[in-house]
Amino acid sequence: MKKIIVMGMIALMTLSTLTGCVTKANAEEGSSTSAGADENVINVYTALEDEQVTDYLEEFKEQNPDVTVNVTRESTGIITSKLLAEKDNPVADVVWGLSATSLLVLAQDDMLEPYAPEGVDRILPEFKDDADVPSWVGIDAWETAFIVNKEVLKSKGIDTVPTSYEDLLDPKYKGLIAMSNPASSGTGLLTVNGILSLYGDEKGWDYLDKLHENVAVYMHSGSQPAKATAAGEYGIGVSFGYRCIQSAEEAGSEICEAVFPSEGSGWDMEANALIKKDNQKEISKKFLDWAISDNIMEKYATNYPIVATGASDNIPEGYSENPLDQLIPDMDFNKAAKDRESILESWTERYDSKSAPKE
Amino acid sequence: MNRIKQLIRRGEKEDVVRGIAIYLVMIFLVLFLVLPLCTLFLKAFQDKSGEFAGLAQFAKYFQSKSMVYSISHTFFIAAVSTLISVTLAFFFSYSLSRKNVPWKGFFRYIGMIPIFAPTMLLGIALIYLFGNKGIFTALGLQVPLYGKVGIIIAESIYCFPVATTILMVAFSAADNRLYEAAETMGTSAIRKMFTITIPNVKYGLISAIFVAFTYSFTDFGAPSVVGGNYNVLATDVYKQVVGQQNFNMGAVVGIILLFPAILSFAVDRIINKKQNAAISAKSIPYQIKPHRPSDMAATIFCLVITLAMLLFFAVALFASLIKFWPYNLTFTLSNYDLSKISSGNGITAFKNSILIALISAFLGTFVTFLGAYLIEKNQKFKVSRRITYLLSITPLAIPGTVVGLSFIMFFNAPTFKIPFIEGYVLQNPFHIIYGTIWIIVLANMIHFYSVPFSTATTALKRLDKEFETVSESLAVPFYKTLRRVTLPLCTPAICEMWVYFFVNSLVTVSAVVFLFTPTAPIASVAIVSLEGSGQTAPAVAMCMLLLFINLVVRGIYEASQHKKQKSSVSS
Repeated sequence: MKKIIVMGMIALMTLSTLTGCVTKANAEEGSSTSAGADENVINVYTALEDEQVTDYLEEFKEQNPDVTVNVTRESTGIITSKLLAEKDNPVADVVWGLSATSLLVLAQDDMLEPYAPEGVDRILPEFKDDADVPSWVGIDAWETAFIVNKEVLKSKGIDTVPTSYEDLLDPKYKGLIAMSNPASSGTGLLTVNGILSLYGDEKGWDYLDKLHENVAVYMHSGSQPAKATAAGEYGIGVSFGYRCIQSAEEAGSEICEAVFPSEGSGWDMEANALIKKDNQKEISKKFLDWAISDNIMEKYATNYPIVATGASDNIPEGYSENPLDQLIPDMDFNKAAKDRESILESWTERYDSKSAPKE
Repeated sequence: MNRIKQLIRRGEKEDVVRGIAIYLVMIFLVLFLVLPLCTLFLKAFQDKSGEFAGLAQFAKYFQSKSMVYSISHTFFIAAVSTLISVTLAFFFSYSLSRKNVPWKGFFRYIGMIPIFAPTMLLGIALIYLFGNKGIFTALGLQVPLYGKVGIIIAESIYCFPVATTILMVAFSAADNRLYEAAETMGTSAIRKMFTITIPNVKYGLISAIFVAFTYSFTDFGAPSVVGGNYNVLATDVYKQVVGQQNFNMGAVVGIILLFPAILSFAVDRIINKKQNAAISAKSIPYQIKPHRPSDMAATIFCLVITLAMLLFFAVALFASLIKFWPYNLTFTLSNYDLSKISSGNGITAFKNSILIALISAFLGTFVTFLGAYLIEKNQKFKVSRRITYLLSITPLAIPGTVVGLSFIMFFNAPTFKIPFIEGYVLQNPFHIIYGTIWIIVLANMIHFYSVPFSTATTALKRLDKEFETVSESLAVPFYKTLRRVTLPLCTPAICEMWVYFFVNSLVTVSAVVFLFTPTAPIASVAIVSLEGSGQTAPAVAMCMLLLFINLVVRGIYEASQHKKQKSSVSS
C-alpha cells in the first residue's frame, strides 16, 4: 500500500514538473532571450591580450561602478567559434577587439547589429565597415613578427638571425620554430593569410609545407610561441609584434630580439561590434562608445603603433618608424573571411598532428 | 493491542519517509547522471542541426587521419604510463607494508602529494626540469620532452598515488601462516614473491592497473601542457568542443573515451566480488621480519621516489617565486598577484573555486551518505535500493571529460524536442543553472560520487545491524538512531568523504573545463587558459595556491584523526 502511495506521489510530482515545461515550439524563442536584458550586466567577448584587458577595463569600471562586466577572453579562433555556436541564442552583448576577419564571418552570418558609436567619424575609413552605419569598427592593427632567441640559436651553433619568411625555411632551423595554430589563434591565421596573399594560393601552401618541416610545435595562442621562445624553449617564435617586443624586452636584448619579416607582415585589425539580439541593452552601446573614446585610444596606442585613428605620434619602442610600410599592402579581408573555414580545414588536415606520421 | 497498532502505524510513517528519501536520491542520480549521458549518446548520432544522422559522425571521425592517430596515441600513453606507475607503486607499497623501512608515514604522505595538485602542475614542472632550459637539460640530460615522453612522465606521477593506495590495501590483507609454512619448507624469497605475495595481491594489482589506465587515458591537464603536437583523445575533445564548438563530434570522442573506463569498471566489479572471500577470519596479519639488505634496498627505493616527488614540487614552487625563468632569477611575489591575471578575474576565480569545493564537499557528503544509509540500513524497497546502488557506483566508470560533455549538452539546451510530436517542445527546467557555479557543483558531485559512496557503505556495513533492530523494537524512530548512534560512529568515514570531495573538486579540470562561464570563473580552468597564453609563472603560482589549500585541509583532517585515535586509546 505505502509503496503505491509513494509511487503515486513521485509520479504526480514528475508529471506536474513536466507539464509545466511543455510549451509551443515558437513561443519559447522570444521568452528565452528576454531574460538577459539587465542593464547592469554586460557580457563582453574579447580576444585582446589578458594583461591589456585588465588595464583597459579599469577606466570603464570606474565610470560605471554599478555595471558588472563579464569578460570572456580567449584566443581569436575560440571566441569566433563560440560566437558562431551561440548564434541562435547569443550570450555576448558586444564583441571587443576581435579580428576583423572573424567579424566579417559574423557579418556574413547576419549576427551583427549595425551601430555608429560616438566619435566614429575619427576612425579612418579603412578601419571600419564601409556601410553608413558600420557593422564593425576597428581599434588597432596587429601584425606577424618573429622573436629570435639568440642564445638558444647560439647553443645550436647558429649565429644568424632570420629576418624574412624565406630565412625560416633554412634547414638549420629545423625543430627550432614555434608557431601559433591558426585554428585557435588569430595571429596564426593572419600569418597564414599573409603568406597566402604574399605568395598566392599555390605557392603559399608550398611555402607552408616547407615551413612545416622546420616547425617544432603549433601552439594554442598567438602569445604562447613568443613567451616560450623568450623562456628558451624554442629558437624562433612566429608571433605578433606587440608580444614579440614585450617578451624580448622581458628576456633582455642580449638574449632575444623582435624581428619583422622583410617581405612584409600579415596583419589584421582588432575591431568592435554589437551583437544582434532581440533586447539590445543601452549599456552595450555605451560600452562601444567608450571603446573608441580618446582616452582608451591613447591606451591602445601605448601597445600598438597603428591605431584606428591613424599611426600614433609616439610609436612604442621596438617597432619600425613607419609601421604602416611593414604591412602587406592589399590583404583582402572579405576574401579571408569567406575562405576562413576552408583554409582552416586544409591547414588542419595537412599539419595538425605533426608527430603522427612518424609513428 | 492499541500499542501494537500504534507501533505499526509509526513504522509505516517511517517507511514512507524512508521511501521518499530513497526515491529522491534515485531521482537525483537519474536527473544528473542518466539523462545527461543519454543526451550525450543522442548527440553522437545527430548532425549539427539536430537531425538524426545515424553513424555519420562516427564515419566522419574514423575518416580523419589525425583523429585515428589520437586513438593509438592515447592507448600507447595509457599503457606505458600504467606499466611505469603501477610497477613503481607496487615496489613502493611493498616496501612500506612488507619491509622494515623507517619514516613510513613521511614516505606515504609525500607519495600522495600529486593528487592534491592540478595535473597541469606536473606538466609545467616537467618543463622546468627537462625542457630546453630545464635544470636536468642544463646538466646534460637531453630528453625529447614535448610529446609522448612528457605526457608519460606526467601521467605516471599522476597515477602513482592512486595505484599506491589500492596496493597498500591489497598488501595489508596478507595471511602470515602462508609465509610461516613457506619458511619451514625452506622456500626461497623469490619463490615466495611469485607464489604467495603476487597471487595474494593480484586483485589489487589488476584493479590498480585498470584505474591507472583509465586515469591516464582520460587526463586532460598534462597533455595540454607537454603534449606539443602529440594529440590525444582528451585534448581532441577539448579542441572539438571548446575550439570548434562541434558538440556532435565531441560526443563521438566522448563515447570512445568511455570504453576503457567501462571495461575497467566491469573488471573492478568482478574482482570486488571475488576478493571478499580471499581472507578468512583465521588469517594472521603479516609480521615484518628484519632483513638488512632488502630493507636497505626498500628504504633507498622509497627515498628516491619521495625525493623525486619533492623535487617536482620544489621546482614548481621555485618557478612561481622568480621573475623570469631562466634569465632573471630574482625573487618576486608578483606571480601570486591574482588581481592581475585572467582579465582581472583571478581573485574571483580563486574564491569561486574554494566556494565550489566547499559546497560540493558538504552536499556531496550529504547525498552520498544518505544514499548509502538508505540502501544499507533498510529492508524494504528492494528494487529501488538495487537501482540506486547501481547508479551510485556507475560514476566510477565515467571519466570527468564525459561528465563535463554530457552536462554541457544536457544543461545548455533551453528546450528538448519531444519525439513524434511536432510543434511542441519540452522546456529544460535545469537550463537556469547553466552558467552558474551550481552546474559545476553538480558536476563535481556526480564525477566524484562513487568513492565516497563506497566509503560510506563500508563504514555502515561495519556497524552491527542490531542497532536498527533494537531501536525499532524499542519504538525509537530511525532518525533518532541515525543521529545518536549511526552518525557518531561514522564520523571518521564522513570526514574522509568530505575531504575527498573537497580535494578533488578544487583541482579537477577534465569535467569543469567545459562548464565554466565568464560569470563563474574558476581557478583550475584559469590555469589552463593562463598556460595557453604562455603565462606559465602565474599558472604555476595558481597551482601552488590550490595545492597549499588542499594540503592544509588534508593536514587538519589527519591531525584530527590522529588526536581521536590517541584519545580513544587512552580512554
